[in-house]
Amino acid sequence: MRKYFDEITRIAGNVVTITASDVGYDELAIITTKRGPSLAQVIRLEGDQVSLQIFAGTQGISTGDKVRFLGRPMQVPFSDDLLGRVFDGSGKPRDNRPEIQADPVDIGSPAVNPIMRRMPDNMINTGIPMIDIFNSLVESQKLPIFSVAGEPYNELLARVGLQAEADIIILGGMGLRHDDYLKFRNTFEEGGVLGRTIMFVHTAADPVVECLLVPDLCLAVGESFALQGKKVLVLLTDMTAFSDSLKEIAITMEQIPSNRGYPGDLYTQLAKRYEKAVDFDGAGSMTTLAVVTMPGDDVTHPVPDNTGYITEGQFYLRNGRIEPFGSLSRLKQQVNGDTRDDHRAIMDGCLQLYSTCRETREKRDMGFEMSNWDEKLLRYGDQFEDKIMDLSVNIPLFEALDRCWDILADCFEPVETGIRRAILENHWPKELTAEEEAAEEAAASA
Amino acid sequence: MTGRIVAVFGNMVIAEAKGDVIQNSVGYCCRADGAKLLSEIIRVRGRCVDLQVFEETRGLKIGDTVEFREEMLSVALGPGLLGQIYDGLQNPLPQLAEQEGFFLKPGKYIHGLDLKKKWAFTPTAAVGDTVSAADVLGNCPEGIFEHQIMAPFTLREECTIKEIAPAGEYTVDKQIATLATADGKEVPVTMQQEWPVKRALAICKRRLMPTDPLITRVRIIDSMFPVVRGGTYCIPGPFGAGKTVLQQITSRHAEVDIVIIAACGERAGEVVETIREFPELTDPRTGKSLMERTIIICNTSAMPVAAREASVYTAATLAEYYRQMGLNVLLLADSTSRWAQAMREVSGRLEEIPGEEAFPAYLESRIAGFYERAGMLELNDGRVASVTIGGTVSPAGGNFEEPVTQGTLKVVGAFHGLSRARSDARRYPSIDPLDSWSKYTGIIDPAKTEKMRSVLRRGSEVKQMMTVVGEEGTPIDDFAIMLKAEIFDNCYLQQNAFDEIDGATPPDRQQFVFDKILEVMDTDFDFEEKHQARDIMFKLQDLFRNWNYVAPDSNEYKDFVQKIDAFIAAKGRE
Repeated sequence: MRKYFDEITRIAGNVVTITASDVGYDELAIITTKRGPSLAQVIRLEGDQVSLQIFAGTQGISTGDKVRFLGRPMQVPFSDDLLGRVFDGSGKPRDNRPEIQADPVDIGSPAVNPIMRRMPDNMINTGIPMIDIFNSLVESQKLPIFSVAGEPYNELLARVGLQAEADIIILGGMGLRHDDYLKFRNTFEEGGVLGRTIMFVHTAADPVVECLLVPDLCLAVGESFALQGKKVLVLLTDMTAFSDSLKEIAITMEQIPSNRGYPGDLYTQLAKRYEKAVDFDGAGSMTTLAVVTMPGDDVTHPVPDNTGYITEGQFYLRNGRIEPFGSLSRLKQQVNGDTRDDHRAIMDGCLQLYSTCRETREKRDMGFEMSNWDEKLLRYGDQFEDKIMDLSVNIPLFEALDRCWDILADCFEPVETGIRRAILENHWPKELTAEEEAAEEAAASA
Repeated sequence: MTGRIVAVFGNMVIAEAKGDVIQNSVGYCCRADGAKLLSEIIRVRGRCVDLQVFEETRGLKIGDTVEFREEMLSVALGPGLLGQIYDGLQNPLPQLAEQEGFFLKPGKYIHGLDLKKKWAFTPTAAVGDTVSAADVLGNCPEGIFEHQIMAPFTLREECTIKEIAPAGEYTVDKQIATLATADGKEVPVTMQQEWPVKRALAICKRRLMPTDPLITRVRIIDSMFPVVRGGTYCIPGPFGAGKTVLQQITSRHAEVDIVIIAACGERAGEVVETIREFPELTDPRTGKSLMERTIIICNTSAMPVAAREASVYTAATLAEYYRQMGLNVLLLADSTSRWAQAMREVSGRLEEIPGEEAFPAYLESRIAGFYERAGMLELNDGRVASVTIGGTVSPAGGNFEEPVTQGTLKVVGAFHGLSRARSDARRYPSIDPLDSWSKYTGIIDPAKTEKMRSVLRRGSEVKQMMTVVGEEGTPIDDFAIMLKAEIFDNCYLQQNAFDEIDGATPPDRQQFVFDKILEVMDTDFDFEEKHQARDIMFKLQDLFRNWNYVAPDSNEYKDFVQKIDAFIAAKGRE
């Protein structure tokens, strides 16, 4: 029988301090209030003073309320029964179905030994050329989508979820609007993947501490599936809400803020979560895609900035397109050498030209005379945007590469592309003679 | 000596000590389930001792015992370090994986050197010889090197060798010699010794001025912003600008004996790449696996933060140890910003008064102290050896006006600033040729590099002007300079890291190509029209670029030289 403690000495923000003994750091507790019980977690021990962060918030907590310590860290039940289910940030069902009865796993497991990681080498096809050609997504990668509010980032996330070949999809919603949650649900249902999806959703109306637990719950469950040999895809939206919750707790605990009020360990806290993405040597893998909204479209804001240093690249979503500059998949080199020999050449060549095209557009907008070369670049830029960059384009990789060659051939002479001669000779679309054209048509009709 | 825990907060533990404690010595926090968590004393106030714990503190309770030791945080030095992969506290990760599986269990430690393996020791000193600290007693082969067994670094006076083992196979903890001090005290010697990581190890006659260029085969570094053996350099850059790729290339091609990679608070994936790839790659100079001359210290971002702080010191100590053997060592620290952040986290928990951006006030002196561990030494027996330190910096928001970058720039000899604009335009390596600098002299005559820099500067000015006055408003001579600067940038400064030949240019080839480019710069092409100028320069650029991809001893190579010479002679006219 565990002891109850009832000597609450401080209530501030979401943190309650209580006099208690024999309590472990990071341990879980239950506080019983008039509103019902709530989970809480030990975040500081000082003599007999134990500080607890209350998952349901401290509103309505009385100094006479009772706290019972559970002698274990936060856990989540783990079994195949989780599939198709929806939970909240404290792990309780959100879908009016019964609680899961299964052996629990601890959240926040220790770091994976780097020796036990495999080199990621398996490309995930998404059908989005801006990802597949220019910044290939790789199994076990951790990638954020940097975006401002209002961009279709949740749609993009859901689309990747649907099209990527994953055994298990885990969605973690933080500070999600209720209708966004419903939208995800519907998309997954229509796409026929709900049966292999698990959702942990914290909506904007829920207590802030629960938001902190969402990534840990998702990753603990995902890791357990990966250890069973499954390919897991974790989708998190939005990690800025998570970081803001961290900030709130840190300020309450009177920690010295480092940058715009965020705690000095923001990098470590984010890294602990993102680094869970893994390809186990001898088991499955976990890939993480996370939305990071940038307040004021400012990439130097502490949250996107720290994230960028942790993750293996980033996608910028701007004006409904994945922006080629700044977007980066650090693991693309592991996979794009084995797809087709022209993949890398197209990737570099097309972007260099597009970058020059943007400079030309600036010149044009300032009213300068356009040279012949400028005209070529402008023509190229428009075609590239319509046929490749547009998010509605949904074609496999090889088709997308061929399309790039067609655009290049339509706009430039081979030597102007800056692509190496050996590659050009093999792939430059040839002008078809009338005979060949007829032969091709015949082949097509057959 | 023991104490008991009175407070736990993050990775900080406060304990009440029952006796004398030593600042920066090691303590173990004993968890109820028997695990002992390694920690270090970082502050003493009255009876209260503040410890930073190198593990997750989950499960520690008030009243738990802390065992205090007398030694400081140390590493074991001896044969068997090369090729190893350690965490920040010198636990060998492959052995941990064998014993514990997928995860790094808190409280699990393994000795840094294999205690069972036998090494073939050959004595080179004899009974009766006098030796002082770091003098060679004998050696044993370690991979491609002759590992020297040295007299303990902690010897304060000259000793006489009383006993020394005959040639034979010994484990590292087996006594191989006995030394006697003047007053007859005996000092046992094994093939391994311990050294505290936070103290610099430099036993030498004197420190030398570093002047030998350290060839990295990266053209922009060797030709424009050289690094020297025993020097220091830093690579600051925003995320995604190619810091890590640059570090990896350097570690492969740098002309040094030993490379130590300290992956400090960075992505695990990148370390895995190194761990998996290095054993497969052959060292171009020895023909053996690259791993045989590499040590990896890896404390990735998800691993405990206090150990991250220790990891750069662990790496520096290992580097200094091999320097004592007369070798040239390159230490790559990626990234020093994570190390500084670890200091900030600890400082915050100690509730110290914060400096700029909440970094502690002693940040700059710590950075300076770390880079000072580099250097070229003349050892006591006259050999010359060096430790070169290259650190990456990850400034918040890519803005170099932040404490870590600024603190680093004050103390390093070369600055390779990476630029977002260049990496966006896929101009790799994205070292900014206008902002970067080096105080060292490299393989190219400084007068020539200065000339190229002025062309680059002028080219960039013309480019900027063109955005205001347009192409038609630019004089043709200026336009030509801009195009020439572009050729230098595109065909020389940029390099394809993933191509076997273009990715690594030996120094003689660099000098040859550099001179060829200078010829282009000195040629007046007499352009009449801009589109003609652009056409000609595009063609020349194409020649140079394809030349870069050609093996140096092939016929194609000679072809290209001829074609380029002819092209320059004809000023591009056919």
